[in-house]
Amino acid sequence: MSQGNKKCGEEEVEEDETLAMTGDDDDDDDDLDTFTDGDLDSGCEDGVLGCRDPFSSEVKPRILLMGLRRSGKSSIQKVVFHKMSPNETLFLESTNKICREDVSNSSFVHFQIWDFPGQIDFFDPTFDYEMIFRGTGALIFVIDSQDDYVEALSRLHLTVTRAYKVNPDINFEVFIHKVDGLSDDHKIEKQRDIQKRANDDLVDAALERIHLSFYLTSIYDHSIFEAFSKVVQKLIPELPTLENLLNIFITNSAIEKAFLFDVVSKIYIATDSSPVDMQTYELCCDMIDVVIDISCIYGVMGNEGGIPYDKESMAIIRLNSTSVMYLKEVTKFLALVCFLREESFERKGLIDYNFHCFRKAIQEVFEVRLKVLRSRKLLSHRRRSRQATPNGTPRVPS
Amino acid sequence: MTSTAMKKKVLLMGKSGSGKTSMRSIIFANYIARDTRRLGATIDVEHSHVRFLGNLVLNLWDCGGQDTFMENYFTSQRDNIFRNVEVLIYVFDVESRELEKDMHYYQSCLEAILQNSPDAKVFCLVHKMDLVQEDQRDLIFKEREDDLKRLSRPLECTCFRTSIWDETLYKAWSSIVYQLIPNVQQLETNLRNFAQIIEADEVLLFERATFLVISHYQCKEQRDAHRFEKISNIIKQFKLSCSKLAASFQSMEVRNSNFAAFIDVFTSNTYVMVIMSDPSIPSAATLINIRNARKHFEKLERVDGPKHSLHMRMR
Repeated sequence: MSQGNKKCGEEEVEEDETLAMTGDDDDDDDDLDTFTDGDLDSGCEDGVLGCRDPFSSEVKPRILLMGLRRSGKSSIQKVVFHKMSPNETLFLESTNKICREDVSNSSFVHFQIWDFPGQIDFFDPTFDYEMIFRGTGALIFVIDSQDDYVEALSRLHLTVTRAYKVNPDINFEVFIHKVDGLSDDHKIEKQRDIQKRANDDLVDAALERIHLSFYLTSIYDHSIFEAFSKVVQKLIPELPTLENLLNIFITNSAIEKAFLFDVVSKIYIATDSSPVDMQTYELCCDMIDVVIDISCIYGVMGNEGGIPYDKESMAIIRLNSTSVMYLKEVTKFLALVCFLREESFERKGLIDYNFHCFRKAIQEVFEVRLKVLRSRKLLSHRRRSRQATPNGTPRVPS
Repeated sequence: MTSTAMKKKVLLMGKSGSGKTSMRSIIFANYIARDTRRLGATIDVEHSHVRFLGNLVLNLWDCGGQDTFMENYFTSQRDNIFRNVEVLIYVFDVESRELEKDMHYYQSCLEAILQNSPDAKVFCLVHKMDLVQEDQRDLIFKEREDDLKRLSRPLECTCFRTSIWDETLYKAWSSIVYQLIPNVQQLETNLRNFAQIIEADEVLLFERATFLVISHYQCKEQRDAHRFEKISNIIKQFKLSCSKLAASFQSMEVRNSNFAAFIDVFTSNTYVMVIMSDPSIPSAATLINIRNARKHFEKLERVDGPKHSLHMRMR
């Protein structure tokens, strides 16, 4: 009886889907609504019922940070999401329990960072890794490149194979971390070596279909932000739409490059199709820093907490090389940062009008997303209340 | 050096490895904090002439701190080093294990100063504070400051806690350099008039190369007492990031619903920062006002030049 109802539910949702964009497994919320932890259970429930219903998992996509002890996981989390200066991370103490950090309140990217203490025992019965891996969008494994990485590689292999068994859709990302002390040649050599060994391990276990992505990172420069940007972009289903909108905007406004940044973490969610130059990205990150720092000093009224980034936030920086950097607020969490020539900037009125259209379009993208998610949530609730035991009493969700 | 420039001698002393050359490099030579790792020990005395505010020349004597040099300074080179000093900056490494020795050298310096340049201003920097746990910093600094003030009598010393990793470095050096600017009062009066005319909340004047705050005006209480050095730090860091891209920053405008900030080139030696809290005033209006004020301040700078050279000839 309940199975039949469920099928009906799925069809209803699919109809809604055609009006919206293509939805898929990972839902991420937009900044117009927040979902509670109660949603975590719905994911588990479906697992228990044995059918993978892609539309009912309303768990926020999780990004897991795993790796050996002292590999740098907590420092990464603090530097990227809590604006900690890299030098202060020297004073951080070892994590001794799983820390789940919810960065949904201040960041566009609604995900949870699970900071695991270095040694996780997969055979420990109290550790329900299945539940954790099921809702995971990306698993980042951090390897300390300054240390001997043989043990790290075997742990990576173990973790990846376990996670893959539970959820084959997880993106596996390997951060080859702490590369600030190495020369460029050395970095490439290390990456090649680690990549080869990790992939060989997978081939030996007949699991070549698992794909690993590798990144060279350090908290002392922008590489960690760049790597996180790439990881997060893979988890955003609206990405092609956002890129398209950016392309249209920059072509019509004679802009050279534009990034859609998450202001708090300086991760960029989307950019236009022209190639990304690391230095340009770094300069944009620095611009955001300057704008936020100055706004924190002068732009706060009363005793408000949080960053003073609001609807009217904007900044113009003129560089001597006849380039202009222009920052405009898009949503509560997102900012558009563009690079353009001074001559193009003379038509500021036109650019502002185009931006106004662009901003409306972005908000429509998120509104559609919200509609889809709301209808899914409604269906999930309806489904739960319809689930009845054969004698008619409603089943209490466990 | 042309005769129209005013030369001020600044002595930078302290034990070997206390951070003198690193500080100097960051403030005057556009190093970022990380680059200072490359600096080696200073041999004997390194002289540098830094042009500041156009017609002011800071004659920096960065004295190597190794024991042999220090001994030398107090004996054979004594007069040469300690004569005509305007400012003595003594740097203490907060983590030093030889406090006794540090104090002994410091006192020798003070004696030499008392004999040769009794009017010199003395600044003590308790440096490398980033190596101290955050909750201990105030306590440790207070202890050192009390000791130093006691030891320095009859001379007065001003103490600062500093680190190359945050804005405290700028606060100390701003205060030091402020003492050396000849026409500071006049600058401040003019700045106040300017600010009142354009209805600004706050106006800051920065030296162009170092971005140290040399003058400011505020019409009402601001929340953050450390904002000057923070702004110096923020802008300087951004300037350095730009230079990595072979670009250099010229001007900036930052807004939100509560304020608008304008940073722009002012005179040939200064930058100005104007804070408006009425965001309805269009940017163009403020920018025109700044442009018109430039000519006036340029004239001020030029007028001072010849006056000083006259002063020097009369001496």
